[in-house]
Amino acid sequence: MTMPPVLLELFVLALGIVMLVLESFAETRDRKVFAIIGIVGLALVFLFLQVSAPGPSGMVSYVMDWPAIFFKKVSVLTTIVVLIMSIDYADTITRFLPGRSPQSGLGEFFALPVLTCAGMMWMSSAIDFILIFVSLELVTISFYVLVAFMRRNAASLEAGVKYLILSALSTGFTVYGITWIYGVTQQTNLTQIQQVLPSVPLDNQPGLLFGALLVLVGLGFKIAAAPFQFWVPDVYQGAPTPITAFLSVGSKAVGFIVLLRVVLSFQSLPAVGDRLISAITFLAAVTLIYGNLAALPQTNFKRLLAYSSVGHAGYLLIAVAAIGARDSGLAVVVYLAAYLLMTLLSFLILVIVSTHSQGDDIVHFNGLGKRSPFLAFGLLVAMMSLAGVPLTAGFLGKFLVFKVAFETRQFFLIALGILTVGCGFYFYLKVVKAMYWQPAPPNVTAIPISRLSLVAMWVMVVLIFALGIFPQFATGLLPSTSP
Amino acid sequence: MNLLIHLTYLAPIVAAVGILLGLQPRRTATYAALIALVSALVVFLGYSRAQAGFQFESAIPLVPSWDLKFFVGVDGLSATLLLLTSIVELAAVWLAPTVESGENPYYACILLIAAGAAGAFASLDLFFFYAFHELALIPTFLMIGIWGLGNRQSVAWKITIYLSVGSIILLVGLIGLYLLPPPQARTFDIVKLQQLASTGAFAGSGSKSVFILLLIGFGILVSLFPFHTWAPQAYASAPVPVAMLHAGVLKKFGLYGLLRVALPMMPEAARHWAPLLLILLAGNLLYVGMATISQKQLDLTLGYSSVMHMGYIFLGIASYNVIGLNGAALLMLAHGLSIAALFAMCGEIRRQTGTVNYLDLGGLGTSMPTLCFIFGLATFASIGLPGFANFASELLIFFGAFKNSAPGAPLNEFQIVGTIALWGVVISTVYMLRAYRAIFMGERQARWQYVKDMPMNLGWAVILLVGALLVFGLLPRTVLDAVEPGIRLFAK
Repeated sequence: MTMPPVLLELFVLALGIVMLVLESFAETRDRKVFAIIGIVGLALVFLFLQVSAPGPSGMVSYVMDWPAIFFKKVSVLTTIVVLIMSIDYADTITRFLPGRSPQSGLGEFFALPVLTCAGMMWMSSAIDFILIFVSLELVTISFYVLVAFMRRNAASLEAGVKYLILSALSTGFTVYGITWIYGVTQQTNLTQIQQVLPSVPLDNQPGLLFGALLVLVGLGFKIAAAPFQFWVPDVYQGAPTPITAFLSVGSKAVGFIVLLRVVLSFQSLPAVGDRLISAITFLAAVTLIYGNLAALPQTNFKRLLAYSSVGHAGYLLIAVAAIGARDSGLAVVVYLAAYLLMTLLSFLILVIVSTHSQGDDIVHFNGLGKRSPFLAFGLLVAMMSLAGVPLTAGFLGKFLVFKVAFETRQFFLIALGILTVGCGFYFYLKVVKAMYWQPAPPNVTAIPISRLSLVAMWVMVVLIFALGIFPQFATGLLPSTSP
Repeated sequence: MNLLIHLTYLAPIVAAVGILLGLQPRRTATYAALIALVSALVVFLGYSRAQAGFQFESAIPLVPSWDLKFFVGVDGLSATLLLLTSIVELAAVWLAPTVESGENPYYACILLIAAGAAGAFASLDLFFFYAFHELALIPTFLMIGIWGLGNRQSVAWKITIYLSVGSIILLVGLIGLYLLPPPQARTFDIVKLQQLASTGAFAGSGSKSVFILLLIGFGILVSLFPFHTWAPQAYASAPVPVAMLHAGVLKKFGLYGLLRVALPMMPEAARHWAPLLLILLAGNLLYVGMATISQKQLDLTLGYSSVMHMGYIFLGIASYNVIGLNGAALLMLAHGLSIAALFAMCGEIRRQTGTVNYLDLGGLGTSMPTLCFIFGLATFASIGLPGFANFASELLIFFGAFKNSAPGAPLNEFQIVGTIALWGVVISTVYMLRAYRAIFMGERQARWQYVKDMPMNLGWAVILLVGALLVFGLLPRTVLDAVEPGIRLFAK
């Protein structure tokens, strides 16, 4: 089924606005109803995406191809899980929100992620720098609000300010890069740029490369690649946990689709395209080293996940650097799908455990295997997948990344990857160690789980194994082999 | 009939899930191990020696564009190793001690480790061959970390990081192997890969680098010198069933991988790297052998000895002729059985006396006569005395090494290392007999008056292991007839 373009985005946008409007007229209602409305609405969108097939969009700046559909699904799914987490997290939010009624402000907390989701969906289809930029801003500006949402929490405010300043800076880089590219090619549309590039005179090529590198800097910020990762640990730790999950999955995923589209369109001019690939190779190496080494000594689970998010950006960049290989697009897509599942699962369990035990350090997970065996099992699966143990989704992602890297002879990155996977086993298993080896603190009880979260948790556990054991699900994510 | 082979790994996995969900652990695990053993035995005996090749095959295609499928089947070598896996699995479950807390996860972990090994031996697809083996990694980490002895936490970290890095090197090597043939011929199917090998698809320049990746990757998993340091302490600290399964079965995965994947597909590369392998395996035999002699505790002695004995198997592999490879295959079985029996009895000695230190022990022979007798048998097997499968296999390996004579040269590198390996027998005699004397000989001591002979369940478990050793020692042909046709396909 082909969708009329932009319809789904408009629907999601309308959903968010309706939620905001309803919220302001519903003084007495339990605000959690709005989260349910959002979840149901987005689930409908997901079903539509499930049955839609790529087709011509009839627009120059908007495409509806397989990657676009895939990344739209990622955005919707992530938002659904984030809303589920937000329901569990609502009490913590309201504790740090001044207001007349106990739940004031909560409605916005549920509505803003839906608006962000619309921005991400637009970004998945955007092939024009102007549309890319506008949707990027829609995403980022909602994040400014969400990160600093807990107004009475200093850490959340600090995170908000850091995110605002650094994100604005990176946006500046992106815009400046776009102007350089426009200056050389007279185009903002990626398809047009791809056609024009081979005829760019030699004198203008450095300018083009400069522009492309600046765009890369801006995108590097979004995907949390080193050396543009400085915001990650503090913002991740300070932001409300559901928003951290949203940042680490959604923001990264759409960053990668844009990166893929940009890098691919620059391949038509090898002189610039190859240098861009070298720059990405460099980014991948630095990101792998930084993310994994810095994760080693972490004792806070949220910070650990923050550095792990940097580390995974490194593996994803390997796949982007191997863009010449047949399956490199598939590798990015599968890795992101796996990353989405395992990261959201970790955050979901983190929200449940941390609301119960008032802290998100690794020691708060001590003895979880005895206290709540099912939660512990869920987190065990997430950690195994993050570390890349076979028969889980995370392994399939790593397998594909190493495969495309081998095909394009990126042996240096492979050697680095081997070392960092070893590091990964250490810091992910630290959490497993806390859950199973350490005794539980005295006087703790089993942790209550809401039914919705329980369903979400099991769905993700099953999906992680399904992707790992039946790779055909993964290859089905991207039927045509290159984006 | 073809589906019977699936039971060898499915029975333990299903039982493990059931146990985690609340089934009675001990009984469920025993039944699952029995089912696995019976099906492995039927597969081993039902494998047609006359027909040879791969049998009991069944495949489910998964990703046609990569030629990736879930493909299971056996030849003589894998049938033998499946049998080894399920024998040790049953023994390990049988003698597992009472666990005070967390009995369910304990048994589930044992079954998952065994299932990982069985699945790896049964897989004829590179992807699942690799994936199954890693299935055992996390249960091992949990078992040693929770129920281990001594410095268990650091030991658990060490084995996990070591093996995960080894596995990822191996993964890169396997990906390299997959990418060596031209794009339209690429496949994960091991049977097709072996056919491709005969057309010279892997003969290119890349094969040497792929082979060394595989050798290092598999080598780390087998504790090839100098990548062996994870093994002895891990076995000493691990709970008895884990030590049995790991030292006896799981470690054979690396050797099996060399015999199944690396050697048949890249014979030239194997010959190219043989001198390096010879030097490393001499390290296993001499350096680790000496280190074994200096140990003062039974568990560490056994741990080091199991590393040392890998040297013999590597020698058979390095020789690259039918007789040597036959010996290597037989020794994989024999060593698995003997080391499992020894670890089982070591655990019992520790359980009753609270120590395995040679200085504290002594005079146990009169208190535990049956254990003393069976321990003696296992010791003789481990040294390689005639009658046990270890003897037959080591003999074949020595013949294999000496057969590689270069015309004109009086003594080539194979024969030099073969001579060293012969001295290895003396080394193992020294440390095994020393251990035996320190534990069982001497005056009966008053503080051991409450020490009893071994309990029934342990007795049956070790009789199963040692009995199998005797059977295969007296009738090595049952194994060799099955293994040899597969080896003749690539070696002379």
